[in-house]
Amino acid sequence: MLDRRDFVQQLLADRGDLLVVPGLGSATYDVAAAGDHPLNFYLWGAMGGTAMIALGLALARPDRRVVALPGDGDMLMGLGSLATIGVKQPKNLVVVVLDNAHYGETGMQPSHTEAGIDFAALALACRFRQARSVTRIEETAEVRKLLHSGEGPILINAKIKLDDVPRVLPLRDGHAIKERFIAALNAL
Amino acid sequence: MHSPADVETSWPDAIHAHFRRIGVRQVGYVPDAGHSRLIALCRDDPQIVDVVLTTEEEGVGLVAGAALGGQRAALLMQSSGVGNCINMFSLLRNCGFGCIVLVTMRGEFGEFNPWQVPMGVITEDVLRLAGFLTYRVDTADAVDEIVGAGCDMAFNGNLQIAILLSQRLIGPKQWTR
Repeated sequence: MLDRRDFVQQLLADRGDLLVVPGLGSATYDVAAAGDHPLNFYLWGAMGGTAMIALGLALARPDRRVVALPGDGDMLMGLGSLATIGVKQPKNLVVVVLDNAHYGETGMQPSHTEAGIDFAALALACRFRQARSVTRIEETAEVRKLLHSGEGPILINAKIKLDDVPRVLPLRDGHAIKERFIAALNAL
Repeated sequence: MHSPADVETSWPDAIHAHFRRIGVRQVGYVPDAGHSRLIALCRDDPQIVDVVLTTEEEGVGLVAGAALGGQRAALLMQSSGVGNCINMFSLLRNCGFGCIVLVTMRGEFGEFNPWQVPMGVITEDVLRLAGFLTYRVDTADAVDEIVGAGCDMAFNGNLQIAILLSQRLIGPKQWTR
């Protein structure tokens, strides 16, 4: 099992122009803890929508690499979006699910993945080009390579430990997050 | 120019023309009989990426992502789909994403299926409560003007605009079998 902060930190190291959409709750805190960046579109709500926001972005900017980082609860709420992504086949989109098999924001109730529901199998059934689970930190470099050059759509189910880590709270004003992101993307 | 008879069936062409004029590049939709002609126009348009959704709320995320990437996006849905989007609409309000939603109405004029009525009668109120400005279209000859104004407000003003295409305009669902 992965330490969530170590994994996300290593995943986003030397990220270059990567466009990053973390899901609400712990995923947003993990991405903030890895270092604030104007090309992070932090979510504080819109549960279930993370992968679809990343799809809209990936279709609009096929010249850029896009990564969605939903938690397992977020991905479960938007399972249909795997099928929608599978139809469009965006080559520049990677979904990395931060899966601790629990709803961390609401009292650590077990999620469906604790009962064995498998995002990687679901993604393959939805015509993702690659999908697999990772459990060891040594695999992070390989996942990072996929983020930057793998042919999408790709789903990585990152099995993370059930740690309660300190919250790192980034920008919360939606207009500011959006405007900062768009300005940074336009400046590339 | 269209003859009056043409307008009765070709109003989706006017919507598509406004998509082209305002630069809509992504269109998200759940398949719908009332929107079938518009969906076909969008699918055949090389300037537009059409995205078929499993549920309408996916489209709200799509609009936000498209805007982050510098593209304008529109959503096509039936009135029942509005109910599926309520929480996700907060994304548009919180961040000020301009959005145009074309809603084909069910559960009103000539509706055959009573199961469509409860959502149909609250659709406009729901949209307003979620922060949308709503405009109703009851006749084919009004589509062009109202959709044009709606597109301008959505994308020049970053507002959330919903156009309700009444069941009287679309015609009640035909039950042929």
